[in-house]
Amino acid sequence: MGKLTIGCFSSLVGSMNLDFAVKLSAAALEKGHTVDLWVSGNATMLSIKDQRAFKDYSSLEKPLKELMGKGLTVTACEACAEARGYHKDNTMEGFKRHSMDWYLASAFDADRVLHIGGE
Amino acid sequence: MATTKLGFIVQRPPYKSENPKLALTHAIASQSVEIYLKDGDLVTADVAFVGDGVLNCLKNQKAMDIYALSSTESHLKNCLLLDLNVYVCKEDLGKLGLSENDIVMDAEEFGADMKVNVVPFDEISKMMEGMNHLLFF
Repeated sequence: MGKLTIGCFSSLVGSMNLDFAVKLSAAALEKGHTVDLWVSGNATMLSIKDQRAFKDYSSLEKPLKELMGKGLTVTACEACAEARGYHKDNTMEGFKRHSMDWYLASAFDADRVLHIGGE
Repeated sequence: MATTKLGFIVQRPPYKSENPKLALTHAIASQSVEIYLKDGDLVTADVAFVGDGVLNCLKNQKAMDIYALSSTESHLKNCLLLDLNVYVCKEDLGKLGLSENDIVMDAEEFGADMKVNVVPFDEISKMMEGMNHLLFF
């Protein structure tokens, strides 16, 4: 089995890229692969806990928690999050926060890196 | 001991989105990645500006004066200071009516030895073929 590193830089609301990244993570985990999901820039919005789920806006907290329970590692860029007022105390449980070198370290031994740029 | 080569390809113009700056800050992060790796393992970052992305390299950016933000120019100079290979597509500069005289070519005032490589796209293409992973911004 391989290791997939996914970097996503698009916002949760206003783009479907994070929806795709989370669905792809689920499919890869289902096949037995290891998945690291890195969110940076506007994508750090994914890390905020207790977002209200409306039917008109993407809401990924529930599937994300399920995937973390199956071994998905999700990490947010700490500087990008702090710049947007997303602090540690309103970060979803299990969501890691690191500096950008974490993403590069994950890419180091990844079999594939899928980088999904921002808006 | 192993080395993973990452290619950061910047296609978007500066200040319209956060992408180019994130490309450069992530590339710069290659300098501290060893804290996560075994001794001797390395991640290298090469940066290439193509398409409208070459506009990130323009000299005398006024981001600090106008937006109170560090400029993409200063990030580019930091890349040179940290000895990253930086490539700029010659053809794309020409399409925008620009030349080497219009862009940052070195960062001597930062103490950098490295210089920007203005090269035909063929050379950037060869660089990309030599990378383990490509990240498009």
